[in-house]
Amino acid sequence: MNIAAAAQINSFLAALILLTAFGMLVQRRMNGLIHLFAWQGLFLSISTAIVGFVAEQHHLYISSVLTLSLKVILLPYILHVLMRRLKIQKEVETIVNVPMTMLIGIALVIFSYHLMAPVRELSTLVTRSTLAVALATVMIGLLMMITRRHAVTQIIGFLALENGLFFAATSATYGMPLVVELGVALDVLIAAFIFGIFFFHIHTTFDSLDVEQMARLKEGD
Amino acid sequence: MMPEPISLAASSVCVLLVAVGLAPLVMRSQRLLSVLSFTMSAVASLLAVIAGGWTVWLGLTGRVVLLIGLPDLPFHLRLDPLSGFFLVVVGVLSFFVSVYSFGYIKGFLGKRSVTSLVVFYCLFLAGMYMVILSDDALIFLISWEVMAATSYFLVIYENERIENRRAAFLYMVVAHIGAIAILLSFGVLAGLAAGFGRFGGYTFDAMRAAHFPLEWATAAFLLSFFGFAAKAGVVPLHVWLPEAHPVAPSNVSALMSGVMLKTAIYGIIRVTFDLIRVFPWWWGAIVLIFGLVSAVMGVLYALMQHDLKRLLAYHSVENIGIILIGVGLSMIFMAFHLPLLAALALTAGIYHTLNHAMFKGLLFMGAGAVLHATHERNMEEMGGLIHLMPWTAALFLIGCVSISALPPFNGFVSEWLTFQAFLLSPSLPSPLLKLLIPMGAALLALTGALAAACFVKAFGVTFLGHWRGHHKPNVHEAGWSMRAGMIMAALACFGLGVFPTLVINWLDTVSGQLLGTRIGASAGVFGWMWLTPVAAERASYSGPIVFLGILAVVVAAYLLLHVRPGTIQRVPIWDCGFEKINNRMQYNATSFAMPIRRIFGYLFHVKQTVKAGAERGHRAFPKRLHYSLRVRDRIWGWIYRPVVEASFWVSRKVGRLQQGRIQAYLIYSFLTIIVLLVFLR
Amino acid sequence: MNLYPFIMEILQVLILLAAAPAFVGWVRMLKCWSQGRSSAGIFQPYRDMLRLFSKDVVLAENASWIFRFTPYLVFGTAVLAGGIIPILSVDLPLAATADVIVIVALFAIARFFTALAGLDIGTAFGGMGSSREMTIASLAEPAMLMAIFTMSLASRTTSLSHMSEAILSGQPVLRPSIVFALLAFILIALAETGRIPVDNPATHLELTMIHEAMILEYSGRHLALIEWASMMKLFLFVTLGIAAFAPWGIATSGDALMLPFALFLLALKLGLVGVGLVLIETGLAKMRLFRLTEFLGAAFLLATLGMLAYFILE
Repeated sequence: MNIAAAAQINSFLAALILLTAFGMLVQRRMNGLIHLFAWQGLFLSISTAIVGFVAEQHHLYISSVLTLSLKVILLPYILHVLMRRLKIQKEVETIVNVPMTMLIGIALVIFSYHLMAPVRELSTLVTRSTLAVALATVMIGLLMMITRRHAVTQIIGFLALENGLFFAATSATYGMPLVVELGVALDVLIAAFIFGIFFFHIHTTFDSLDVEQMARLKEGD
Repeated sequence: MMPEPISLAASSVCVLLVAVGLAPLVMRSQRLLSVLSFTMSAVASLLAVIAGGWTVWLGLTGRVVLLIGLPDLPFHLRLDPLSGFFLVVVGVLSFFVSVYSFGYIKGFLGKRSVTSLVVFYCLFLAGMYMVILSDDALIFLISWEVMAATSYFLVIYENERIENRRAAFLYMVVAHIGAIAILLSFGVLAGLAAGFGRFGGYTFDAMRAAHFPLEWATAAFLLSFFGFAAKAGVVPLHVWLPEAHPVAPSNVSALMSGVMLKTAIYGIIRVTFDLIRVFPWWWGAIVLIFGLVSAVMGVLYALMQHDLKRLLAYHSVENIGIILIGVGLSMIFMAFHLPLLAALALTAGIYHTLNHAMFKGLLFMGAGAVLHATHERNMEEMGGLIHLMPWTAALFLIGCVSISALPPFNGFVSEWLTFQAFLLSPSLPSPLLKLLIPMGAALLALTGALAAACFVKAFGVTFLGHWRGHHKPNVHEAGWSMRAGMIMAALACFGLGVFPTLVINWLDTVSGQLLGTRIGASAGVFGWMWLTPVAAERASYSGPIVFLGILAVVVAAYLLLHVRPGTIQRVPIWDCGFEKINNRMQYNATSFAMPIRRIFGYLFHVKQTVKAGAERGHRAFPKRLHYSLRVRDRIWGWIYRPVVEASFWVSRKVGRLQQGRIQAYLIYSFLTIIVLLVFLR
Repeated sequence: MNLYPFIMEILQVLILLAAAPAFVGWVRMLKCWSQGRSSAGIFQPYRDMLRLFSKDVVLAENASWIFRFTPYLVFGTAVLAGGIIPILSVDLPLAATADVIVIVALFAIARFFTALAGLDIGTAFGGMGSSREMTIASLAEPAMLMAIFTMSLASRTTSLSHMSEAILSGQPVLRPSIVFALLAFILIALAETGRIPVDNPATHLELTMIHEAMILEYSGRHLALIEWASMMKLFLFVTLGIAAFAPWGIATSGDALMLPFALFLLALKLGLVGVGLVLIETGLAKMRLFRLTEFLGAAFLLATLGMLAYFILE
């Protein structure tokens, strides 16, 4: 496999990652959301492996396997279990209507492209063009956290955001040092667990996972 | 010796002024007055068309300095391809409308005096010709005011209705705010051209020769764009348009919507491309954005209307938007030194200007014929008119097909050219623009499709189905002169759609004059049948083949299916075996637009109430339901109401000065004198 | 003068007229199989049409000329589009008549008149169908244009023949933009041709029908023409997609030997598309009308992402 072909496949994977990010933004069903997240993790892990191969950075293989096991298998499984335990409703509630969210998402992609244009000029890596996509994925993750009401969708948004960061790291500098990556992976795992625990508490307190309910915590005036 | 085009154009203005002068002499016989005035205005329009068409065809430039004017400041006139083109736009439609008016005005004869209508009609035409011909700021503004004032009197012609007076007042206010902005803009340009202390800069020639610093040029551009946009009805300055255009007599509505708005487009093109000449790309982006917003909002508001003429007026907002899209794209391309693409976009814009004049004139004339016959503007009360007014229906349908941008009629060609200009945006050097401009193309596509939906509604509800109203008036077909005016406009729509290459070759000198590049060479490489805006490999369109191809298949299918004699059985409508179908069960304008109203509802102020009637019955099965729907412009509440309220507030405050006692007024004068003495020693 | 392109042109129109019902028959047959019903065979649409053509026309009392003219016009635009879209060969004398935008507009003119015909009789169904059809069309149009924009980026043309040639002559490259454009195109084609999940071509249930509601009052040869035209429209959208995304095998030069091969590949591709269409139609339920904003919004999103991917990634 030559470098040009690898770069092509990598940019194709970048496109797919962006697509899954948008898919998560517009998906209404909780199950579909988790599946999309797993798909995004899968594309990310393949992309990481390819970058590792092209750049001959073998520690990226470990990151790739880590991503695969953590984001494609473990976290989606945890989320599924969580959903079943808490008997969460299947429809995702949104604050802003879906077509509007899509348009904002498109605007964010254009914005990140504009932001990354100077970096693109400077960088010499084959993966440089995917940087804008990575940044866009981060922003879309954040947008998802803003526009959704349900706590579980918020954690998926957070995890998608982390995917974007990870992707940015591989495409900008061929990945962070292994230690850092291991640490981040651990952080994500722990964050997910903490979220899970919080959900139980929120659920028992408010009998719902709608984060709008949190407004009730404010002291009345 | 052949007369020069400019003297022809000037003589056309003179003919109109003579018609005005003759009016007091023959006003005893109203019929003679109307025949005389409209004959003379038709002749004047023909003269203007010949002068303009000739100028554009040969790419001539002629000038005249008039001996009249202010002391030392004579009036300058000039006829170049740009003004020639707009002269043709105005002239052709005013010729059609003048022919149409012979019949239309019969509806007023014997009921009210038509003297003011015909006098202001002629003056209005003269004002528009003079705006286009003028070559200095002074006569431009004078003509502009003549045009605005006469159209005010035309709007208020049927002045016994309060809504007409209100509409005319609103129109006057917006027109004057716009005129002030244009005046200021010319002030800036003239001041910079010759120094602020002197007057020499008032001619357009002086402005062309001057070089403007960017910040001043920007100020002048923004002021003039604001002023012209107010006249053109660009969103958010459009509120007067749907009020004023519908209430004017229909022949005047046709002229106002069809050509008066175009003088504002002319002004924008003249000021940016001809007077200022060098500009940054973001000026174009401003024009493009306002164009897009106007196009989309115009058509969406139009969909919400059930008054036929109001609907058409909102479509003028939309089409002005489409024209501005072409102009804005052209400015962007020009700022990045891509003259060929700029020429394509500009051609698309001015081609749409011509097309819009034709089909909007046709549609307003058709609406006038319907109004004339039914005395009704509300579509909810119409229906089935195609059986009673077959000519008007067929001609109105041609207008609908043209404005909905469907081949082979003319609206399609100019929108297609605009799309081609959009598709060439990847050759811009700026990455951000490359990514953003395609969104504009998508909005334009949305506009086109919504316009088609709107005209299915307008035609379907007005002319098809059964009569929806409670009382059916005695409807009659339009008279011959009205039909003649509409037939000519329909033929123009058809010709401009089927032979675009010839038209583009003709109007090519306009972009040649303004941008220094022509597209005629590449657009017509393959002869008159094929239109290839940039290159044949890129995109091509053949109006004649599309038309003949569809026609051939239709005729062949018809003949083949009528070889065997079949019978056509006419039966009552199948009512699914329930009670008899009645005419109130049909879809009407409101219900047709319901899905779109729901999807784009957040852009309007929609108030919908359903109330059960007072008759007794179970709560779940009321005997009678009252449904009321009100859709309003959000922009009115956002921008205009605060302004109105603020001005009322200020007037109340100022009103306190009015005491009614003479001593108080003397004190005011006295204080003023004291203040002046203190500060202006 | 070289007659070959003209022969291809005529052949293409004939194939369109003849094969469109067969394609619909194929789709219906697959659908029957997939749902465990026994099918009427691939030739049933021909029998239906024959029956309709041999019947007399029954018109409502107040039908105007628009109602009678519409079937012929709809048929005419479909046949003309068939002469322009490269179905068998890219070397067509009519190819330069229209680019993709004009072809879309040709379908739009057919839709415009069908919607008017729906309003002509003055029944509630007709108006309902027209209103919905025009709404869906207005939502589909921006997505369609964006898809065309994306397709034209790589090939630098909007003419279908040149688009096919550009794909045939270029290196096989995996372009994200084209994949996105293809996905968007599939969604739009489902909406434009009135398939599930947008409209159900087999329904006569009042509240769900769209296209059927507009043509409810038609009978006899008028109905036959409209049905035939709508089959051709489906066929044309499929061939349009093939020409723009997978033209491999289409006849390019004046080589008569390529013709059987091109025919064979065309049949193969159509068969596969039929399978895909049936999978989509049996896998999805018809959507509520107001969910369609999201469906067509997704089409617009995909097309736009294709355009962005072209500039960002390629």
